[in-house]
Amino acid sequence: MSEDITRPDTTPETRPDTTASTQATVTPPAAQRSANLLTSGIGRNLGLVVALVVLCIVGVITAGDTFATGANVLTILRLAAVIGVVSVGMTFVITGGGIDLSVGAMVALASVWATTLATQQLAADYHWILMVSTALAVGAACGLVNGLLVAYGKIVPFIATLAMLAAARGLAEIISDRKTQIITVNSFVDFFGGSLLGVPVLVWIFLLVAAAGWVVLNRTTFGRRTFAVGGNAEAARLAGIKVQRHTVALYVVAGLCCGIAAVMLMARTTTGSSTHGQLYELDAIAAVVIGGTLLSGGRGTIVGTVIGVLIFTTLNNVFTLNNLSISAQSVAKGAIIVVAVLLQQRLAARTTSS
Amino acid sequence: MTGLLTMTGIVKEFPGVRALDGVDLDVRAGEVHCLLGQNGAGKSTLIRVLTGAHQPDAGTIHLNGEPVQLNSPTAAIQRGIAAIYQELDLVPELTVAENIFLGHEPARFGFSRRHEATVRAREILQGLGHAEIPTHRAVGSLPAAGQQVVSMARALSRDARLIVMDEPSAVLDPEEVSNLFRVIRGLTERGVAVVYISHRLEEIRRIGDRVTVLKDGATVATGLDARETPTKELIRLMTGRSIEYVFPPRNEVPSTAPVVLEVDELTRPGEFAGISFTVRAGEILGLAGLVGSGRSEVLETVYGARRAASGSVRVDGAALRPGRVQAAVKAGVGLAPEERKSQALLLDQAVYKNITVSTLQRFASGGFLNNRAEREAAAGLARSLDLRPAGVDHPVRNLSGGNQQKVVLARWLLRDCRVLLLDEPTRGVDVGARSEIYALIRALAANGVAIVLVSSEVEEVLGLSDRVVVLREGRAVHTGPAQAIDEHQVLDLVMEGSAV
Repeated sequence: MSEDITRPDTTPETRPDTTASTQATVTPPAAQRSANLLTSGIGRNLGLVVALVVLCIVGVITAGDTFATGANVLTILRLAAVIGVVSVGMTFVITGGGIDLSVGAMVALASVWATTLATQQLAADYHWILMVSTALAVGAACGLVNGLLVAYGKIVPFIATLAMLAAARGLAEIISDRKTQIITVNSFVDFFGGSLLGVPVLVWIFLLVAAAGWVVLNRTTFGRRTFAVGGNAEAARLAGIKVQRHTVALYVVAGLCCGIAAVMLMARTTTGSSTHGQLYELDAIAAVVIGGTLLSGGRGTIVGTVIGVLIFTTLNNVFTLNNLSISAQSVAKGAIIVVAVLLQQRLAARTTSS
Repeated sequence: MTGLLTMTGIVKEFPGVRALDGVDLDVRAGEVHCLLGQNGAGKSTLIRVLTGAHQPDAGTIHLNGEPVQLNSPTAAIQRGIAAIYQELDLVPELTVAENIFLGHEPARFGFSRRHEATVRAREILQGLGHAEIPTHRAVGSLPAAGQQVVSMARALSRDARLIVMDEPSAVLDPEEVSNLFRVIRGLTERGVAVVYISHRLEEIRRIGDRVTVLKDGATVATGLDARETPTKELIRLMTGRSIEYVFPPRNEVPSTAPVVLEVDELTRPGEFAGISFTVRAGEILGLAGLVGSGRSEVLETVYGARRAASGSVRVDGAALRPGRVQAAVKAGVGLAPEERKSQALLLDQAVYKNITVSTLQRFASGGFLNNRAEREAAAGLARSLDLRPAGVDHPVRNLSGGNQQKVVLARWLLRDCRVLLLDEPTRGVDVGARSEIYALIRALAANGVAIVLVSSEVEEVLGLSDRVVVLREGRAVHTGPAQAIDEHQVLDLVMEGSAV
């Protein structure tokens, strides 16, 4: 359809008295600009960056000599890498209006399945890539089950993934007989335990996954549809988007991320175990939410999630360097979550009222 | 009969709309007072003021001769005003007795006295002539009529002296309506006043005592005799309009224009049955009818958002797979749904993202979106539709109703639709922007799009459409050229179903 035909201003009799009525609703430019600043990527992440910087300053003051070293920074990043990859997957699911409580269990199951004697034997005979593909396949398959239950079984995501949480960890225990499985494939450990350009491979993987996640969420049709499905599923359906199929894909993405995280955890610990990934679901959800992704869906940010993960990991690090207990860490973590979400709500209220 | 309630000069403004502009209403004890008016005349707002849900900006309310302020729903209830809404406000999981006494349960020291509640609930139900309703049943398991009785029992349990009933018969079959009327008569005999709202004139004649007619937020007639006032007179009062809309001139649709949309014997039990129509390229077909007549349901079924039980929809001769939105979209059908905000828009997303959401493939290569191309396409449409503000990066939430509607239309313009289904395209759109939307719809038709238009405003349907189908209770009661029928005749058809 050519443009001029849809142009109402070619029909002169419709022109009068439209100006006043429509202009009255135009947002004042100043309010608009401040709202834009707050909701734009930089503005929204500014608070998070400030929080991270404050945390680092505290670290430097209280444990300067050990905190502000290159080795310690790499330690923080290495620790952040595993939960970071899980959180990127979680960002997709939450932005799409769902939630995945089974991520920790999927990590455990994938790590166990990829380190069974049989898998390791195959890997030793051919290539460690077989262990990696096993972990990824297990993660993706679990995600597929989650997605099918949610999208086609119409089970609320909370319950469907709660069931997966229980079942996947149970299955991991059965397969491993509750024993820690040591990795004997040295080439696997050598590759993933190594460094590239002075940066651990695990950190590279985290960066790659985060970058890929950002591109997919912000620059592809898949990402755009994720926002649409999470923001208003009914509108998305009536706009012709395959909402159910898309929902399945989101859970597969989360599962795949868990598979990657499992590989990374296997490399870090040189084991596969049914106890891997305990409480990852809570850490990931916390990082995603303080990052600025709306728990109700429709708004999500990978950058925020990454900073959220870094905040929690740095917090851990600072507390550990100061010999503070894990319990004190948990209290601080809880406080940060509450403050972050309170701030987020204020922000949301301001942008909707403008 | 004595005066129970007097409302004088009630004014209620919402941002951009004067919903009530000087309404007068007086209700006597023991009468059934009917409120008549078209959609948007202000009936619902008036009731919200009466039940304390809205505060009037001006005007006075007297109860039994005393001036009162109804600051909250609780204040209204305490003064004996109760309302029964179309959407019943019962808790389906709770029992009949629990629902009747919800909020004022018989209790002692904080412990509910269930036996007393049951006994008193049974008494009230008996008083209503419905002793057969078991007090321990979950309300959700009762039929609609039973739920309505429970709703009334609840009003009585509070010693209501005035009960407002908003379209109580909409969900009832004829026999249940007779039952309802029996209950209402029982109430009025005990001195309770009933304010009765219905679009069905025959009901008003059967049960009503006096009629007040609202139009454009003001009372145009009050105290009319419900049985004697001629139908013609009532309709004239309801339709005489103070605001004139400008409808753009019709373009002639040549009889040689190809038929684009064919709907044949479309049926969904309980909603509509045997609906057939065709729309040619460049033609606007209007669906007129009351809320609940099945008009929106027909539209959504054509679109595949609801699955037809039987019948077929063809676009350019090819049958659409029923119940599949994607099939319809692929065939070139677009829908601007009734509830713009909940069914069409991603409110927190930028304008351009809302416009391109149905055409993402066009702006992508290998799954990667070209944001600049998207913005440019959206900005082009925004310019040609005179969208305000003109930028495409604002969240849609910040736009006015009329501009939001333009965004929805732009989405389908971008797709080069063959068929456009418009459900209440001017709801919540102010008067000025309306004429723009009208011009846009006309321009689309002139460009060869087949359009199906649904609107509660009969004048709008008649002013824009080339042909109209009048629906009443899920059936087409009239099909013909829009110019051959006037507003009065359409209202006659939708309210009484009589022949023109």
